[in-house]
Amino acid sequence: MTRHVHAIQCIGCPVGCGGEVVIEAGAVIEMRGFTCDKGQAYAADEVVAPKRMVTTTVRVDGGTLPLLPVVSERPVPKDAIFDCIRLLRSVVVQAPVEADAIIVADALGLGVNFRAACSIAEA
Amino acid sequence: MREFRYDVIAIGGGPAGMAAALSAKQAGAEKVLIIERDRELGGILQQCIHNGFGLRRFEDELTGPGYAHRYINMVKASDIDVWLDSTVLSAAPGGIVTSVSPQQGLRVATGSSVVYSMGCRERTRGAIRIPGSRPAGVFTAGAAQRMVNMEGYLPGKEVVIVGSGDIGLIMARRMTLEGAKVKAVFEIMPYSNGLTRNIVQCLEDFGIPLYLAHSVVAVHGKDRVTGVTVAEVDAALTPIPGTEFDVACDCVLLSVGLIPENELGRAAGLHIDAVTGGGVVDQFRETSLAGYFAAGNVLHVHDLVDWVSQEAEIAGKSAALHALGKLPPAGEHRPVTAGDGVRTVVPQRLSPPSGQLSVRFYLRASRPMGASILRLHADGNVVWERKLRVVKPSEMIVAEISWKKLGSSDVLEFTVVPAPVEADSEPAEEEVA
Amino acid sequence: MMAHKGMASFPTRADVVIIGGGVVGCAIARELARYSLSVVLLERAPDVAMGTSKANSGILHAGFDADPGTWKARLNVRGAQLYADVSEGLGIPRREIGSLVVARNEADLATLDGLKRRGVENGVTGLEFWSRDQLLSHEPNVSPDVAGALWAPSGAVVCPFLATIGFAENAIRNGVRIVTECAVTGIDVTDGRVAAVVTPLGRIQARYVVNAAGVFSGDVARMAGDDSFTITPRRGEYILFDRSAGSLVNTVLFPTPDKVSKGILVAPTVHGNVFIGPNASEVDDKADHETTGVGLAQIVAGARKIVPALPLPTAITEFAGLRAAAGKDFIIGASPVTRGLVHAAGIQSPGLTSAPAIAEVIVESLREEGLVLSPNPAFVPDNPRRPVFHEAAPTEMADLIAANPLYGRVICRCETITEAEIVAAIRAPCGARTIDGVKRRVRAGSGRCQGGFCGPRVTAILARELGIPVTAVRKDAPDSWLFLPRAALDGIDLPTRETSHA
Repeated sequence: MTRHVHAIQCIGCPVGCGGEVVIEAGAVIEMRGFTCDKGQAYAADEVVAPKRMVTTTVRVDGGTLPLLPVVSERPVPKDAIFDCIRLLRSVVVQAPVEADAIIVADALGLGVNFRAACSIAEA
Repeated sequence: MREFRYDVIAIGGGPAGMAAALSAKQAGAEKVLIIERDRELGGILQQCIHNGFGLRRFEDELTGPGYAHRYINMVKASDIDVWLDSTVLSAAPGGIVTSVSPQQGLRVATGSSVVYSMGCRERTRGAIRIPGSRPAGVFTAGAAQRMVNMEGYLPGKEVVIVGSGDIGLIMARRMTLEGAKVKAVFEIMPYSNGLTRNIVQCLEDFGIPLYLAHSVVAVHGKDRVTGVTVAEVDAALTPIPGTEFDVACDCVLLSVGLIPENELGRAAGLHIDAVTGGGVVDQFRETSLAGYFAAGNVLHVHDLVDWVSQEAEIAGKSAALHALGKLPPAGEHRPVTAGDGVRTVVPQRLSPPSGQLSVRFYLRASRPMGASILRLHADGNVVWERKLRVVKPSEMIVAEISWKKLGSSDVLEFTVVPAPVEADSEPAEEEVA
Repeated sequence: MMAHKGMASFPTRADVVIIGGGVVGCAIARELARYSLSVVLLERAPDVAMGTSKANSGILHAGFDADPGTWKARLNVRGAQLYADVSEGLGIPRREIGSLVVARNEADLATLDGLKRRGVENGVTGLEFWSRDQLLSHEPNVSPDVAGALWAPSGAVVCPFLATIGFAENAIRNGVRIVTECAVTGIDVTDGRVAAVVTPLGRIQARYVVNAAGVFSGDVARMAGDDSFTITPRRGEYILFDRSAGSLVNTVLFPTPDKVSKGILVAPTVHGNVFIGPNASEVDDKADHETTGVGLAQIVAGARKIVPALPLPTAITEFAGLRAAAGKDFIIGASPVTRGLVHAAGIQSPGLTSAPAIAEVIVESLREEGLVLSPNPAFVPDNPRRPVFHEAAPTEMADLIAANPLYGRVICRCETITEAEIVAAIRAPCGARTIDGVKRRVRAGSGRCQGGFCGPRVTAILARELGIPVTAVRKDAPDSWLFLPRAALDGIDLPTRETSHA
């Protein structure tokens, strides 16, 4: 059985650890170079099922600002990023909006909510 | 004209100003004021809708507006005065801060202490002298970021990004997600100026090429930009003849550096560090102007807002102690200098200690290095050192060093030198993916 | 008035049509406004001062360069005097700081001797030689290896945009129509005399046409059957430094001139910046405003001969302008071919200085061609003064904000320009219609951040004041749009889950 070594650059935090993930038969058998639990989890995911946090803006009606920044609660599968963006493009919310309010629940059935990154008052 | 009296005034209500004001309050200052030019607090964080803020400060991964709102809520919960939509025209000796606003007119506030927290601005095309025509469509990345993320307009459909600073990388991803085509990022240095995580998640994720050691040598287009000519550069950063190629685009975003916004200080005679572009400060973050402190990007450009908040807490606390008469008079300073491998160090000088156990230093390396050793030399002798796994000019090195180590030498100097190579045992049979 | 809501219909007849809204055309318009005439000025760009008038040295020359007897010699000295008279009333910033021609050796000193004699003949007053020590005590940043200098106390600096706009605004206040974005496509000539000017917006009947079309003046002349001259554009490049470098030099510093040009200068601007330039290179394209790596290196090297320590890191912008060169002298007066056509052409240095004097001569030419000039009894020579917030004393600032709260909102932080000043610049006669139009009028965006901070805000103010969407706001040229609606990319489909896998 061949082992594969994947060089992974962690993006979990700005330290930016670089390390390696060793895969055999589709499973992670060894990891080196990552300095925290979060990094280990990221690196394993990155080889098997890469995920990313998604941030964008949605339109706001009647607010002090025309756009509301929104953020995924958790990372979403990398290949669903554009689908999430497309979904959020069509969303319009009514001011006022409270920070952390759910803007889109269970986006695309991925089990991830998109929440308001901040509050926006009524104009 | 109305006059006001405060213990501590923070000029600028971004992350530095808010953290400084809160920390001043905690340290015992009674009357604290933040003066903010915009109609809300938060500064540039409000347009930074991406995540990655606050991992250190809040142990949580926040967006820029999310990070700002945590602080805004803390400010609201305090009795800190906030003047919004107010621009400071001058900050004179004696802490006399003159500002204007549409609703309140001209106001003069006198602070026993003042914290400079005005942030920074972007370097422009003019500053790096890119030749060619001057069509519409050439923007600094931050200005474009504001238009996209806060106003909902796009600066173009086919984008070239000049410079690999973090804002440029973040905008490469943003523009891609907005549906634009980002053709490439061109960086004149042989290494990136952005955080590694941003190279990965903003460029590599979307297949956007990063050309290192490449410079834009001409901008084309009469009314609107139509393209750029790019060339490879040599070690002296001079374009190599014969390597030119053209890239068509309708938008050029510049991410070629940030400059501390020190005009108020300059007008008042502030002593400025030629390398950082910010004031020269001691460990209290007190500048050469008595009673004036500085923190955040106005002092030196940071990579992470978390460090800005930390630094502002030091400045805010010191400003409060100064206002309360508890900060010792400056006395003799000892210089702290940037030696081999170090580009900048803040603070640049030490005043005698005053109840502090340690001093927090922020450093930037002068070139990328692998495993290295950061050393502090006191009058030539190594008194402290720390191993660094990797060193990048784009990433701040933070070192907290106890006064015991700092001793009483005349001159302190930081260096970063490559660490001796340690043999790594690599299993030979593995196949590298 | 410029094209905006409520504008009058396009004029179909006029006594005089002026082609070109540079400083020369606008000065002529203002001079003609002294008389009871219908005058229309046509400008191809969205604003006045968009050609040579927007990219030049901004210097009012003392007048010792030109050969005695030439138009240049006659009109330079007269023009400089006229600026001294009218600048304040028209709102044209002007500072009389003097100029120095720097000699580096004995041969240069001999050239200065000739310049002084010529200057005296041209009527320049106050010229004197300065020793090396005198020069260095006045200009400590000048290279120590100099031999001396020629001092001309009447040399001055002026804002070339506000000079043009000052003339244009006053012309409009006195009844002149200025139509922008209106390029002339033909001139009808009947029986050897101009009959009408043709544009895409319509035809204007006129018996008198003034050709002040800058680099295009040769083309305009040919439209009327006159090919007596050709314009060869000569490009000059500049580097402008931030006001923080403003103390570099106190006066306009010229090198000792050679036969072709005045050389690379180092000079303050009227607003307290410093610039270096221009070089000179002939170009074919009349719209070629590109700077070049070679050219910028040339002017840096040239400037260093006078001031060795240039503050290059404080550079805020580089630009290029085109001189409308047509031989040695200006081409001024009636066309030798077509009656009713009067040229103010081939206007290169000292064209900015000469502009108001050129205007006097052109009006005289028109009179000689038969135009009847009866004084306009309602002529008002001055423009109303507009407050400059950052120059006001604190009590005045408080009063200004009390009267108009928008004076309390600083939009351009580099130059401390308030929203009230920007709104006034847009609402004025000959008001700003573009981002650069605002910048040229009130300097918002002309500081060290070059609009990085205030650009989006000025865009919003322009959109609001002009009643246009943000996406219709332009930088300066007709198609210099800045922003797209977000919806512009809605048609561009994002990659789908199947295709996006990186």
